[in-house]
Amino acid sequence: MSLLSVKDLHTSFFTDAGEVRAVNGVSFELERGKILGIVGESGSGKSVTAYSIMQILAETGKIVGGSIQLDGQELVGAGEKVMRTVRGNKISIIFQDPMTSLNPTYTIGHQLIEAITLHTDRNKKEAYDRAVEMLTLVGVNEPQRRMKQYPHEFSGGMRQRVMIAMALACEPDILIADEPTTALDVTIQAQILELMQSLQKELGMAIILITHDLGVVAQLCDEVIVMYAGSVCEQGTADEIFYNPCHAYTRGLLRSIPSVDSAGQKLQPITGTPIDLLNMPKGCPFAPRCDDAMKICIRERCEMLKINAEHNAACWINVRDAQAKEEESDG
Amino acid sequence: MADNQTPLVDIRHLKEYFYISTGPFTTKPLKAVDDVSFTIRRGETLGLVGESGCGKTTVGRTVLQLYKPTGGEIWYDGKQVKTARDLKEFRTKATMVFQDPYSSLNPRMTVSDIIAEPLDVHGLYKTKEERRERVLELMQYVGLNSEHASRYAHEFSGGQRQRIGIARSLSVNPEFIVCDEPVSALDVSIQAQVINMFDELQDKLGLTYLFIAHDLLVVRHISDRIAVMYLGKMVELADADEIYGHPLHPYSKSLISAVPVPDPRTARANQRIALKGDIPSPLNAPSGCPFRTRCPYATDACAESMPEFKEVSSGHFVACHRTAEINS
Amino acid sequence: MKKPFSLQVDMDSFLPASAEEKEYMVQMRPSTTFFRDGVKRLVKNKIALISFIVIVAITVAAILIPAFWPYSYDQMLGVQPGRPVDASYNNLKPMTYGRTEQKLIDAGEDVFPHLFGTDQHGRDYFIRVVYGTRISLAVGFFASIIVLIIGITIGAISGYVGGKVDLVIMRIVDIIYSLPDMLMVILLASVLGVSRLGEAIEGTSLERIGGNIISLFIVFAILYWVSMARLIRGQILSLREQEYVLAAQATGARSGWIIRKHLIPNCISVVIISTALQIPNAIFTESYLSFLGLGVNAPMSSLGSLASDALNGISSYPYRLVIPAIVISLIVLSLNLFGDGLRDAFDPKLNA
Repeated sequence: MSLLSVKDLHTSFFTDAGEVRAVNGVSFELERGKILGIVGESGSGKSVTAYSIMQILAETGKIVGGSIQLDGQELVGAGEKVMRTVRGNKISIIFQDPMTSLNPTYTIGHQLIEAITLHTDRNKKEAYDRAVEMLTLVGVNEPQRRMKQYPHEFSGGMRQRVMIAMALACEPDILIADEPTTALDVTIQAQILELMQSLQKELGMAIILITHDLGVVAQLCDEVIVMYAGSVCEQGTADEIFYNPCHAYTRGLLRSIPSVDSAGQKLQPITGTPIDLLNMPKGCPFAPRCDDAMKICIRERCEMLKINAEHNAACWINVRDAQAKEEESDG
Repeated sequence: MADNQTPLVDIRHLKEYFYISTGPFTTKPLKAVDDVSFTIRRGETLGLVGESGCGKTTVGRTVLQLYKPTGGEIWYDGKQVKTARDLKEFRTKATMVFQDPYSSLNPRMTVSDIIAEPLDVHGLYKTKEERRERVLELMQYVGLNSEHASRYAHEFSGGQRQRIGIARSLSVNPEFIVCDEPVSALDVSIQAQVINMFDELQDKLGLTYLFIAHDLLVVRHISDRIAVMYLGKMVELADADEIYGHPLHPYSKSLISAVPVPDPRTARANQRIALKGDIPSPLNAPSGCPFRTRCPYATDACAESMPEFKEVSSGHFVACHRTAEINS
Repeated sequence: MKKPFSLQVDMDSFLPASAEEKEYMVQMRPSTTFFRDGVKRLVKNKIALISFIVIVAITVAAILIPAFWPYSYDQMLGVQPGRPVDASYNNLKPMTYGRTEQKLIDAGEDVFPHLFGTDQHGRDYFIRVVYGTRISLAVGFFASIIVLIIGITIGAISGYVGGKVDLVIMRIVDIIYSLPDMLMVILLASVLGVSRLGEAIEGTSLERIGGNIISLFIVFAILYWVSMARLIRGQILSLREQEYVLAAQATGARSGWIIRKHLIPNCISVVIISTALQIPNAIFTESYLSFLGLGVNAPMSSLGSLASDALNGISSYPYRLVIPAIVISLIVLSLNLFGDGLRDAFDPKLNA
């Protein structure tokens, strides 16, 4: 059984202007010790998926359907009491901006110790030792001295390390990292990604990495989910997604990134603009921007198709190509 | 008219210090830009990269004199931009595209008013009709539906907003545009659209760009030459291919190797040159070479003096005491 | 060969979709402006809407009723030229009539009723309440306008110019803030009231409302602009950081242009909201100053002075205190609720 299993998750935000279907039927499985990347652009529902798992949605947001099972335990509708034991203990989350996640009026040490004593039955002294241990683990120099400092005395990269230390202090089974390096500079980003990779190897937890940066995914992830407008387009191993993309959106996305070889040439962007989540069409949400859109794409959404053992994609092109191939071999 | 040999933009020893109060009566200079010189030829794109706090945005803004330079000279098309009259003329030739497509457009103005603002400011049309035609022409240039001219900016997506910003910067028929991280707030698929548009506009209108960004892949794609900045100083400047293929400064090397490549096999094989530590605060910049605190090759000499920014091979400038030793 | 996918679809479906078909899927939402959005939100807010209707109704009534009401606010009904004073008109209960009126009614003629009776001088109480409302609203409105003008000017200068100017202005604001304002109001009103202000306005149209109200305006102008100025300064400071202001500077726009095109339009909603919330404050101040006898000149009435006069006969005629009190509460409450509604609908910080 997989560690985390999300089935047909639907999350909506109920705004003045109407219901925004931010997550629209997302399913995936997360195995122990794996790094799963969720890639997508803004509005693709990647963060909302994570917040739905943690049930830390904004007031207007609500899980309207589907199931989330952690180790076989159903979390949707489990209630706040259950979720409190899940958050921090079994699943931790780190956010894009470490400054807003830390309380500026308390020392780093205070906040770490509080987090540890809250989630485990360690006493103050043990919690202190654990906090120092964690800071050392995430590569903060002179942890005893740093414990006495306030968040503003830390640089962005250091704060993100502290957040990781706090998230990992209770040895969660799953760490959700929501754009953990987006706010950081390239060289600092490299440090943090390396840290996450080595911590994962050392501690063996599973990581859900949410990002818009395919480069970060390529570096870290075993499995990748590509999301567009609240639905999963494609999922599979990193190699499958990068070298054998089977959804028009994934292909377009990979083509549109400038690479070392693309200098002097035109990029191949995806045309058009992202779909309005309030005016979601009946067919494939990507069809209006898709160069290969077919009549059927306008009419109906493609189900998740199995490409091979480690690869699924929801794109009609695969059906078309398969049928064409079949006819060829028949005739 | 200046001949082709004269660079269009010539920045000499540009300095921009901000004075930060450290106590009730004391201030300390924050050297955001410290003695930076570069030139940009007509029709060329100079990429300017560096991490946050390195002063790249300040360079862009000081070049356009949005901040009064603390020191140095700005020469445009063979003439120094010095007096208020020079500046007024300069402003119709050099414009800017901003980073944030949200805060750079006034939410209370319609698209056509935003685009026509520079025209209004400089009085560059005679009739309302002329203004309207120019706005529609500009909207067409940047791929916006002209039916949307009377809408407000908040009704558009990030990419479309950035197009509006670009149309605004084009309205006075400029020759030179400072692009301050114009695509970093955009989604990947939209980024490519906008980058292509910059390319096309350059071909069509013969524009010259100073392209500021932190995304090295983007800068590499669009630039002819690339300058690398670190803590207010320029550390390396060379052709785009040269700086990618043979970076000489240890900072450029690690910066380039730190870029996450969207290719799992390369990423696995890639040997990153990890830098230790954080970028120092520009308020307490280290003595001598600013990079020495994180540099794996730093020696005592690096703490003593700032290395000279000198040409080591044709068109390849670098500021490092140990260029020869490191790269042999 | 094994079929790769169980779905078998008609090959026609795989024809490329036309551009129109694709375009049909994405439709831009109908154009809305910030203002229209705000109005939509405001109309949805029932409390704010009701408050708005109440305010409009009261204002219209205060403006129109005196035009056709057969009695005037200073007309002593018992005093007729060439006749002895008819005391039966004094202190009439609601819907009762004086002696001569009663005779007319008995003779079958129509006499306009005294809805709220009369006061101790035989003046129709209803029309006095209407006039009082009129004065209170006018004072509230104009005092807020004064506050608005002074506050915006000083706040905008402070925020836009910055530096030493800002420092000096903000220290002055701090000093004014630290004064006990009620005490200052009373002190200023009484000092200005006894000074030659009354003579200065003699013969002008201001005479009717009296020097006290003028001094009230002065008090507002001196004391109450500070919070408005602070608010505007804060707005300007944060707006100046916006990139569109920088963009305007980059095109070479002058300060005047930037203030007119960028700064003012973007803080106008905050200004309107806080003005709406300032009006009840001013009405309240006017009322209690009038109550203390520092308000309008007799025989002009204001809601505060009516309440004050009513204290004399409070045991016999309690409704004379209750009526103006209810009107004040109604005005102040609905203005406050409406202001809150405005803020919810238009303040971008709240609905971000």
